[in-house]
Amino acid sequence: MNMKKLFSVLVIITFSLINSLAIAGDDGKIEINGKNNGYVEANDCFENFNRGIFAFNQVVDKAIFKPLAKGYRMFPQPIRSGTSNALSNLSNVVTVPNNVLQGQFKDAGVNTARFIINSTLGIAGIFDVASYYGLKKSDNEDYGQTLGVWGAGPGCYFVLPVLGPTTVRDSIGSIVNLVGGDAWYNVTVVNDTQYFSEADYYISRILDGIDFRAKNLESFDSLEKSSVDLYASVRSLYLQDRYRKIKNIDKTTNTLSDDDWEELDSQ
Amino acid sequence: MKVLKFFFFFTIFINSINITFAKEPSELINGIVDEAASILSSEDPVESKIIKLNAIAERSVDINGIGMYTLGKYRKTIDEEQKSKYQKLFRSYFLKSFSSRLVDYTNPRINVVSQKKINDKYTIVNSVLEATSKRPQVKIDWRIYTKNPERPLIRDLIVEGLSLARTQKEEFNSIIQNNDGDINALFKTLEEFLIK
Repeated sequence: MNMKKLFSVLVIITFSLINSLAIAGDDGKIEINGKNNGYVEANDCFENFNRGIFAFNQVVDKAIFKPLAKGYRMFPQPIRSGTSNALSNLSNVVTVPNNVLQGQFKDAGVNTARFIINSTLGIAGIFDVASYYGLKKSDNEDYGQTLGVWGAGPGCYFVLPVLGPTTVRDSIGSIVNLVGGDAWYNVTVVNDTQYFSEADYYISRILDGIDFRAKNLESFDSLEKSSVDLYASVRSLYLQDRYRKIKNIDKTTNTLSDDDWEELDSQ
Repeated sequence: MKVLKFFFFFTIFINSINITFAKEPSELINGIVDEAASILSSEDPVESKIIKLNAIAERSVDINGIGMYTLGKYRKTIDEEQKSKYQKLFRSYFLKSFSSRLVDYTNPRINVVSQKKINDKYTIVNSVLEATSKRPQVKIDWRIYTKNPERPLIRDLIVEGLSLARTQKEEFNSIIQNNDGDINALFKTLEEFLIK
């Protein structure tokens, strides 16, 4: 079976799986979001199991990622900004094809130009020269979001060891990265080039995680301190974030309106 | 005739008061942000800061409204006694969690950028928490309840597109749902949080 056929089969299986899980999930235990406000339901099909994995991830975070993030914070600001810029620049190789798949052709053009300028003049993306030329950074896009834009429901919500929260749709999106959808993965892990090695890919992924954790040290602490069910809070935040990214509604918060707010007067 | 005259001027007087005191939602946020920033950057002890921050919250946040929102579908099934118990517990929970979150910030700089009226009841105020050397810039939107224009009240904070009230609602609903719909489980959890 050649790659094209394999990809077609994967797409068909993906859609069948998402649709069947979305339907199967209708009588699941948790109804994350209401039907009336544009949100699509995501069901926590394996909640007890997920809570176990979440607890394990909390231990891993406290033992490894949080200390690493704190250590990373000790580096001078220019070094952290440079690392963050370089990682963000690298993410364009996934964002651009997804811009195209979602019909965002203008964004695809801007992100391509940003990638070329920052990779060259910006020295491997360390400096965001493109912003200086007026090419502003937009949100990252991934294959999970593209599937969402194409109408695929989230399917079951679940928690992966170390990697954290996801849904069936989003994990299938991540698999697409591994079967040719991520040019960075292709040049490092898949193709044995003389310029990059597998380690470059894994180091970049780990750095990405540490950079994210370092930027959110206080937010996570605050959430942990004030939460009465941290697992449920993280699940809610993850699903809201994915919904927002799929709908690209970061600038129009009114679309996040909730019928519950409208009902409150009549209580 | 005198009575009519009196009512005529009384009506105008009342309306003039309405006009005088009608407050723009963005003004409300600017005022709160300035006040909170001066409290947080002061040399006051933490306990004193918490008392002052809670006073701001009591004055400008619709704590009861948020409390009922966070109950979600369960607010329709509780009786008056449970409702009253919940409102007391939620108020204490909200104030404790609100002040403990804020008190860690030393001098937050929030700039109000714009506001957008959704309908007669709600306006969204858009603001930005300026970047520091530790974290990037954060977009914060405020859902303001404007049914009474003289006294706009905050009902939600939407941080980078993520609604804190919705998160709270889903958290509370998870607790109730995992205890076979028993709201007493939520009461117990809140009580435990308060004595921590």
